[in-house]
Amino acid sequence: MREFLQEINWSPLWISLKTGVVATVIAFFLGIFCARQAMKLKAGAKAVLDGILTLPLVLPPTVAGFILLMIFSLRRPFGAFLMENFDIKIVQTWKGCIIAAAVIAFPLMYRNARAAFEQVDVNLIYAGRTLGMSESHIFWRIIVPAAAPGIASGTVLAFARALGEYGATSMLAGNILGKTRTVSVAIASETAAGNYVTAAFWVCVIVSISFVIVALINIISGKGMKTRRWI
Amino acid sequence: MAVYVDIEKNFRGFSLKAKFESSSPTMGILGASGSGKSMTLRSIAGIETPDRGKIIINGKTVFDSEKKINLKPQERHVGYLFQNYALFPTMTVRENIGCGFRGEKKEKAAKIDDFIKRYRLDGLEKRYPSQLSGGQQQRVALARMMIGEPEVILLDEPFSALDGYLKDVLQKDMQEFLEEYSGDMMMVTHSRDEAFRFCRELMLLKEGRTLISGNTRELFEQPQLLDAAQLTGCKNFSRIERLDDYHVWALDWDMQLRTMQKVSREDNYIGIRGHWLKPVSKKGENCLPVRIEEYMEGTFEHQYLVKNARSEEGNVIWWMKAKESFEEDPYEGVPQYLYLPPEHLMLLK
Repeated sequence: MREFLQEINWSPLWISLKTGVVATVIAFFLGIFCARQAMKLKAGAKAVLDGILTLPLVLPPTVAGFILLMIFSLRRPFGAFLMENFDIKIVQTWKGCIIAAAVIAFPLMYRNARAAFEQVDVNLIYAGRTLGMSESHIFWRIIVPAAAPGIASGTVLAFARALGEYGATSMLAGNILGKTRTVSVAIASETAAGNYVTAAFWVCVIVSISFVIVALINIISGKGMKTRRWI
Repeated sequence: MAVYVDIEKNFRGFSLKAKFESSSPTMGILGASGSGKSMTLRSIAGIETPDRGKIIINGKTVFDSEKKINLKPQERHVGYLFQNYALFPTMTVRENIGCGFRGEKKEKAAKIDDFIKRYRLDGLEKRYPSQLSGGQQQRVALARMMIGEPEVILLDEPFSALDGYLKDVLQKDMQEFLEEYSGDMMMVTHSRDEAFRFCRELMLLKEGRTLISGNTRELFEQPQLLDAAQLTGCKNFSRIERLDDYHVWALDWDMQLRTMQKVSREDNYIGIRGHWLKPVSKKGENCLPVRIEEYMEGTFEHQYLVKNARSEEGNVIWWMKAKESFEEDPYEGVPQYLYLPPEHLMLLK
């Protein structure tokens, strides 16, 4: 066992964690921003925007990966534009991991944030306005704190999703050891190569991390709620 | 005060057309739920935007659809007390009050201290709204509203979610607050008692239309309109036929009545409040022979539903009589006649 642990290349775990953290930060701000904009829309426009923003959650991740590849490929206009003008390459790089994970994790953040905002009493907003508070002050000092439990559980869920992302990541970022091979990509390729022990090891790692995350959500979202058992 | 309102708003099949001007420091808007009274108040504060019209507060136009003026609530300097107080749940009492502060940063702490003392909130500064009693919550909401020195304060049904004892206590607190407050106040309510207690001037609103406005006591004495009389809590009405300038025949009560007011040709109803009826034993002018149709027991009063003993048809009259004790027999004190004092008769259109 000790030998196995010494021999194993830990880079997929670090890449996964790094990707998860960065992608979650992106999804966090983008999700809150979009949720805030959605709250200002009328019902019809809101339903359309909501549908578009939720798509990455319901589509197979490979579809998202395909679309991202079509956007960022060096042979396509936008990908070529980024490369020529900013020297930025997304495909087959760690940046690709982040973008793929952020896109897939975003809807979880957005939906949780929006649901949390909907629970906030609108009179709090109106009260802030009549008191002369600025709109951004009202949002960050009143609404976000009042919606904190929902936002927090959205963040944790988004992190969990970003950490385990496989489909879109493998299509956009590929499988380069030490660069883009995340834990989930490692599990697939080790299994394909017949290295069941290594694959199983990564499975255990991801299962334990995921369990901790789910337990964390329950603790966060259970706060302040009445703990009543069904007997 | 001078608040001028002339607005129209359509929403979900309901149309609001409110037009009035206040001239006294305490003004009330009385209406049933769904009459558009909260919408009117919210429009004044800028929380709601009317479709058309004009709102002027103390000479400053805050809304004018023709001139495309629509000041943000932040710029209107209007205090608004929400029915549930809308205290910020994640902030302490001190932080809540601080949110209403407008002015120089360095004066802020001292002014908050001052308001905490003034509104008897010492020792509660670090508490959260959920840890406060109803009375304390009201005082925090008042302090938070008043620290910004609003030009006008708007109270949106401040007592309707409360019951019993707490309501009485908070009304007493509010009365003390209003006695010290020198600015102008406007209150929305569906309770005629609150309207009578707190407002010198009253506007009656029904189904989105202004019925009538004027001095509160005069409106209660002579509502002039049938709808207005009903809104102020009167239950006894009859159609009338004019006999001469001071006499009418009440068709639904089957009796002749002398009035204090001159009867105009437009008056087609007469009404009287159940508390003004006087029991008498002898037949005379404005006396109704009594037949009790039904009896209902109130906590401190007897409520009789009375009809004219001479006729089967006609409207019932509610008669309220204060109790002397809880034990007394309600049927023992029933008189032969009820006297309808001419000074309390209301001629209605």
